Formats: sequence, structure tokens, C-alpha cells
Amino acid sequence: MEQKPFSRGLLSSEADSQRTLYPYVTGTSVVALKYKDGILMAADMGGSYGSTLRYKTVERMKSIGKHSLLGASGELSDFQEILRYLDELILYDNMWDDGNSLGPKEVHSYLTRVMYNRRNKFNPLWNSLVLGGVKNGQKYLGMVSMIGVNFEDDHVATGFGNHLARPILREEWHENLSFEDGVKLLEKCMRVLLYRDRSAVNKLQIAKITDEGVTVSQPYSLKTFWGFSAFSNPTAGAEGSW
Amino acid sequence: MDLSLNDEHSMGTTIIGVTYDGGVVLGADSRTSTGMYVANRASDKITQLTDNVYVCRSGSAADSQIVSDYVRYFLHQHTIQLGQPATVKVAANLVRLVAYNNKNMLQTGLIVGGWDKYEGGKIYGIPLGGTIVEQPFAIGGSGSSYLYGFFDQAWKEGMTKDEAEQLVVKAVSLAIARDGASGGVVRTVIINADGVTRNFYPGDSLQLWHEELEPQNSLLDILNTPSPEPMNF
Repeated sequence: MEQKPFSRGLLSSEADSQRTLYPYVTGTSVVALKYKDGILMAADMGGSYGSTLRYKTVERMKSIGKHSLLGASGELSDFQEILRYLDELILYDNMWDDGNSLGPKEVHSYLTRVMYNRRNKFNPLWNSLVLGGVKNGQKYLGMVSMIGVNFEDDHVATGFGNHLARPILREEWHENLSFEDGVKLLEKCMRVLLYRDRSAVNKLQIAKITDEGVTVSQPYSLKTFWGFSAFSNPTAGAEGSW
Repeated sequence: MDLSLNDEHSMGTTIIGVTYDGGVVLGADSRTSTGMYVANRASDKITQLTDNVYVCRSGSAADSQIVSDYVRYFLHQHTIQLGQPATVKVAANLVRLVAYNNKNMLQTGLIVGGWDKYEGGKIYGIPLGGTIVEQPFAIGGSGSSYLYGFFDQAWKEGMTKDEAEQLVVKAVSLAIARDGASGGVVRTVIINADGVTRNFYPGDSLQLWHEELEPQNSLLDILNTPSPEPMNF
């Protein structure tokens, strides 16, 4: 991490001081799905500093305007900056005072442009963003990565969630999930992430967006199960193994 | 053996900021090193930004000093324009602005703490990268690695001023015991509605930890003290 001047070599130039090289304080997976009345999104409240679980009460999901919710994984300082950009966007939108308000499709499009343009300048915002919302009964759920890849789907996940949550969602998601079933499905994904993702923290929030608006739950923790008989004595019959 | 005596000045450091019922207590060690050499054994890492807001500095000494200087300058102008003392939130956000927009060049972690009439005592952590996190207490610097477990166990909501200060002094002292990059004296700054109090705890005033012995003037004093009488049964 030491960056002594004049020792960067002939290949780097002044312009290099303007690129984000690596993330410092990071958030882990965000998981989201469409359900009967709108979108459900879940994220834990952890901010990791390398391998240290440094911050344990970080809100990684924030409401945007009246119709959308943004969840982010990756570098938290870049997420905080994105929230500032969106604040300005929503403010200017409100100032038109024309009765119209930016919906999730528009916000997603804006974010995609921002992320892709930064990628082109080799100075990315080091985040994976999940944008969900409901406007006029239309449900929308999309994702943008730090290199500007963007898409819409019925269920999305970032980071580790891609590997652990998406297979579960592919099997068990269906159209018109009830609120309870949606929450249980998200919790199933979050529990697996808690078991298997080193940077997961057992304090999470689940957010709901419907035509009525955005609600983010209070922070809570999940129970975990350790009662397999094989867990209590795993090396029986093979001492020295693990 | 390369002692790297020409490395840039770095404050390995242990820095702490804690809120209590009525204000904040900021604490830090006092060691500044250049590589393996201790360039300053009595540095002051708790720097004033305004009358009511101070910042604890860690990481590169030069980077943290220049960030403090810029923020002090901006806050001074802001106070004149506002007509009243700046809030802790504004001070912390200015620090974030500088830290975030220069993230590729700076290597400094900061803890901003202070008191204002709107929100009372507040602590904001601003680690590498420029994330801003408001916390009831914050720890930073290389010595903080040794304090995560300690604070998980010892921190309580609603402490008094004295409890908070004792916690900070104990914590910095524990970190100094284990972190080679932290050392010297423990400095604290208490900020509340009544103003600012600076305190100074030299090494010999702190309690002894595991494997630490009572400091002596000389071996000769130990030899000259009669050894305890053998017991008679």
C-alpha cells in the first residue's frame, strides 16, 4: 500500500493519481427479489476493513425519491458519494414541481451512465448496485456493476450472493410470492451467506418497496443452526482430521 | 540491517473517541516513528479544528497534518459566515470531503469529535478511503487492532465523564503495551458544554499490565532492599 513518489516507474503518469485502485471499507452481498406487491431487498449492516469486521451498523440500503431503493456492496465511501449525486438528482427533479417524479427505471439508467462513464476513465466507483422500485403498479428490479454492466431481472444478488443466493432463488422464486414467503426466501439466502461468507455480519435489514412507498426494517439478527451430530464430533474415527 | 531511518514520518498510533452523557472524550498515544526510529516520543495527535471540535490523527503524519490545516482554514471561514460555532457534523463532513477527493494520495485515518448545542457530543470515524461513519465510540490507528475485543466487552451506553476518560486511558495504555508503533504518553481531550479540558498521563502514571514490572531507578535499589524474611513454621 506504500506509494512512494518517483518509484512508480516509467509506466505510470500524473494521471494515475486520479484512479481508484482498491477499495478500503467494503460492504458484502445485497439480495433482492420481486414479490406480489413490489420488491424485497436484504443486506447486512457490515463494513469490513480488509479481513477485520470493523463497522457493524452501516445502512447499505437507502430510499431514493418516492419510488426507489438503492442497495450497494463494495467501497462504502463511493456509495456515500453516489447517494450525494442521487440527492442532487432528486432535488432538481422536485424543483421542476411538475407533478412528475423519477421512477426506478430512470434512476437505474442514471446510475448505469455514471458507473460506465467512470469505468471508461479508469476511475470506477467501486460498487455493485441494486436498484429496486415500484411506480404506478409497475415493479422494477435492476443491477449495475462497477464496470457498467447492467440488467433487470426478477431476482438479483451482488458479491458472494451471486454464488450462494442466486441458485436458491432460481429454484424457489416464483411469480406472486406473498410478503411472508418473500421474506422467508430472503432470510434463507442471508442465513447461507452468514454461514459461508467471511465478511458477513449477523445484523441485517430487509426493505420493502410497494406502490405505497419504501420501508426499511429495524436491524435484527438471524438464528443459526449448529445441531448436526457430525458437528459436535467431526473427527471421531479419524483423529487428526478436520 | 536496514533500519529505514529515512522513511516518511508515520504515526503508527492508537487513537480513540468516545461519547458520554454530555460530551466526548478523545484519546491518543504520543509516538511518531520514521521506520524503526521514534522521531517524536511526545507528539500531540489530538488537533484542534475549532473551539468545540478536535480531530485525532493517525497514519501519515504529513497527510493528517495537511488535512487538519485545510479543514481548520475552511471551518474558520465557515464560522465567520455562519455567525456561530460550526457543528461537529459540518467539521466531520469537511474532513470527509478532503479525504474522499484525495483518496489516491492520502494515507490517514481520522476521528473527529466535538460538542455543539444542537446534537451534543458526537464522534465521527473517517477511515482510509473517505467513508464517514457516525459512532458512539471509534478506534483507529495500528494499535486499535488490539482494542476491538476490549471495547466489545467494556463499552457501555450512558457513561459519566470520568468513566469515559478512564476507559480511554486504559484502552490507549493497553494498545501501547502490545503495539510497537504506539507509545509514549496518553493524551486526552474532553469536550462538552463547559468547554475543553486537556489531560496528560505519563507512562509511569498508568497501571501495569501482563509481564510488565514496576519501574525502578536502578538495580542497586533492589539489591539494597532487604529480601523478605523466610517464614517459620
